[in-house]
Amino acid sequence: MSRSDLVSSAPGVDLRKIQRLFGTGGPLVALVVLVAFFSLASSTFFTLGNGSSLLTQLSILLVVAIGLTFVIILGSLDLSIEGVMASSSLVFVLLAANDRNDSDLGFLAVIAGVLTGSLFGLLNGVLHVHLKIPSFMVTLGTGAIGIGIATVLFGGRAPRLMDDSLRDLGFGSLGGIPKLAIIAVIVLTIALLVQRFTRVGRYGYAIGGDEQVMKLSGVNINRYKVLSFVLTGTASGIAGVMAALQLGVGDVTIGGGYLFTAITAVVLGGTALVGGIGGVGRTLVGAAIITVLANGLILIGVNPYVQVAVQGLVIVLAVAVTGWSLRKRVRAIK
Amino acid sequence: MNDVVLEVRNLRKEFRGVVALDDISFEVRRHEVVGLIGENGAGKSTLLKILSGVYQPDGGEILRMGQTVSFKTAGDSAAAGIGMVHQEQSLVTSVSVAENIFLGEEGRGVRGGVFRWGELRRMAQAQLDKIKSPILPKAKVESLTFAERQMVELAKALSVEERAENEPVIVLDEPTSVLEGDELEVLFEQIERLRKFASIIFVSHRLDEVLRISDRVYVFKDGQQVAVRNRNEVDTDELHRLMVGRESTSEFYHEGAQLSVEGNPVLLEVSGLSKHKAFEDVSFALRAGEVVGIAGVLGSGREELSRVLFGAEPFSSGTIELDGRGLPLRSPVEAVKVGIGYIPAERRIEGVAQGMSVQENIFLADPSTVSRGPFLDARKAAAEADRWVKGLKIKTPNRQTDVANLSGGNQQKVVLAKWLSSPRLRVLILDHPTRGLDVGAKEDVYRFIRELCARGIGVVLLADTLEETIALSHTILVMRDGVVQNRFDAHPGNKPKPVDLVEGMV
Repeated sequence: MSRSDLVSSAPGVDLRKIQRLFGTGGPLVALVVLVAFFSLASSTFFTLGNGSSLLTQLSILLVVAIGLTFVIILGSLDLSIEGVMASSSLVFVLLAANDRNDSDLGFLAVIAGVLTGSLFGLLNGVLHVHLKIPSFMVTLGTGAIGIGIATVLFGGRAPRLMDDSLRDLGFGSLGGIPKLAIIAVIVLTIALLVQRFTRVGRYGYAIGGDEQVMKLSGVNINRYKVLSFVLTGTASGIAGVMAALQLGVGDVTIGGGYLFTAITAVVLGGTALVGGIGGVGRTLVGAAIITVLANGLILIGVNPYVQVAVQGLVIVLAVAVTGWSLRKRVRAIK
Repeated sequence: MNDVVLEVRNLRKEFRGVVALDDISFEVRRHEVVGLIGENGAGKSTLLKILSGVYQPDGGEILRMGQTVSFKTAGDSAAAGIGMVHQEQSLVTSVSVAENIFLGEEGRGVRGGVFRWGELRRMAQAQLDKIKSPILPKAKVESLTFAERQMVELAKALSVEERAENEPVIVLDEPTSVLEGDELEVLFEQIERLRKFASIIFVSHRLDEVLRISDRVYVFKDGQQVAVRNRNEVDTDELHRLMVGRESTSEFYHEGAQLSVEGNPVLLEVSGLSKHKAFEDVSFALRAGEVVGIAGVLGSGREELSRVLFGAEPFSSGTIELDGRGLPLRSPVEAVKVGIGYIPAERRIEGVAQGMSVQENIFLADPSTVSRGPFLDARKAAAEADRWVKGLKIKTPNRQTDVANLSGGNQQKVVLAKWLSSPRLRVLILDHPTRGLDVGAKEDVYRFIRELCARGIGVVLLADTLEETIALSHTILVMRDGVVQNRFDAHPGNKPKPVDLVEGMV
């Protein structure tokens, strides 16, 4: 009756590979059901045009959620996402050709925007690890700092991005696929590789699983925790730049709403908030569910105010379902 | 051949004024198996933590191959060729066996921060092959049984063999406490194989095992080393006496204190109890003052049964009656309310609330004796807590100490006090109450069980060993694959033999 028996008797090696990548079938099935439902309920859902807009909507959320996955695997949390996105979007726009100042750094501005995110991640990690402040508290603070910096840079009016080749990244498409989505796929691929093949990726699981054991093994866990936060910050930076590309401006509120949806996407995909379980591949499924849900609800004419409530309901349901099999056992729920 | 590979000289360690190690010296020679025994709190764990680089000593020195060394981290110790198999299992359950074996020391398995899975798994396979284990390197640890995990720990410790330039020293801290039968033999075979190229420090509570495998045995007591004996000049009785400081064994289980329960009223009546995929049609009656022992191997369903009796897991059919009244037992809350207590096997996780004081833990389940209305009577609680600390001989600086700082045996005493302090207690379910405890602490636990019975409390016991089950129980149920195979009457003077029980177990 041991669990190893159950695992070894599971049929099909390929099925298990899929499971390892995208988690157990639940979220994937939910995604398929949602797509089928909206395809039937709305004549415009399953069209090329809507497919392209779905991809665009998905791409920024996906990048944020992928980044967030790395710290949630640790059992930590990063609430600074929206502030980081705001700061990086403004740093990026103000360094690229814009209607506020004379700078025109082109692609270097993109890098500066992304690095802004990395720096925030570094700050988050260092404060969390060395001052031993819980990560949600640290990042709540740094998020506010991010908003503050963004507000100063904002200076009363949103600076507009004037660099045409960069703007094309935000609006253009390649072979029918939005360029933003291509960026997201590249980020996804890199994240999958980092998670599977690098120390920071693998140790993240181990730290989330049992930090004490890692310490006893002589692993410098602080280093890998900080690195994980840097990964998350970098992803938020990329997302901030992507949002600026999409909207054509740098804005304080550019990351508004992404924190909640990103956490929902990660948890919905099947990454446990306690750490140690989950992964980037699962987050893809979670983010896709959120995007399809939001898009589909609009298409079938649901009141936008109700949509937020529906999303809230979905996250509570998702957490309940992922923990369903454990429900009967006595355990501490914090 | 007698050259010393590891020596400890005058080692001293204090924790906030409490001396844990006092002037400890010992040596390990080439290809030698050194036994290390001592009661809980004798200083073994502290010594091992110093050897593995977790603690720094306050005085004295460690010499490796005659050279003074200092281990600042666990990595330093491993690099010096000291491999540890920890007592509390130290595997990360959420990642694979291969990753666990080389955690932090992947060597060729990781190049430039990038994992080479094929190589890492081959390396892990080589370690697992050493102990002839069929466990797959890519299996997740959470899918393994306790015994399998212990084998992974051993494989992990063996990996220092390739890492260090000197012959390794392998430290086995209580490796046998979760192993049984064949697995135990595999371990001993391994130790015999290891000693051809390594030295071994073997820490165990099972004195017969220590004697069987060790060339020399060091005895620790209260932070000091009290004796060294060669294998051929000592027996278990003497070791026990040296370690505990009192005469022993005959009265170990306090069998003389076992009272007859004939004619006592039935407390708990279980009829036709079944839980889907765990056990089927289990029936028994527990009288006041009776110990019902349940024997069975892992997967026999006895663990699930014990949890069901405490309301921690649901059952699918059958009835549980207390004093002739049916119990729904949907949760531990209801169990505690009617006076059923549970002492879990996973002490560290489920038994004590770490981070809370000894006193808070004692009154966790039932604060009624130290409450006035809804309020805690602080003075009374303090006095009662002190009484329990004294009565159960809990070794703690004071009642306000965080229970996490206590040794395993003393934590278990706190768990016992938690239930004993409740006047409502009618039935106590003991799930491996002596796991990982030393002889002295075990004896204390046995004494408590006798006292409980004398108070008329019924006990359901899942013991660590068959001897324990037989000695403590009045009635024994033997389970296999979720079904009760045999029942034995085990009243004083009518005890079955271990072999009788084994028949129904496998």
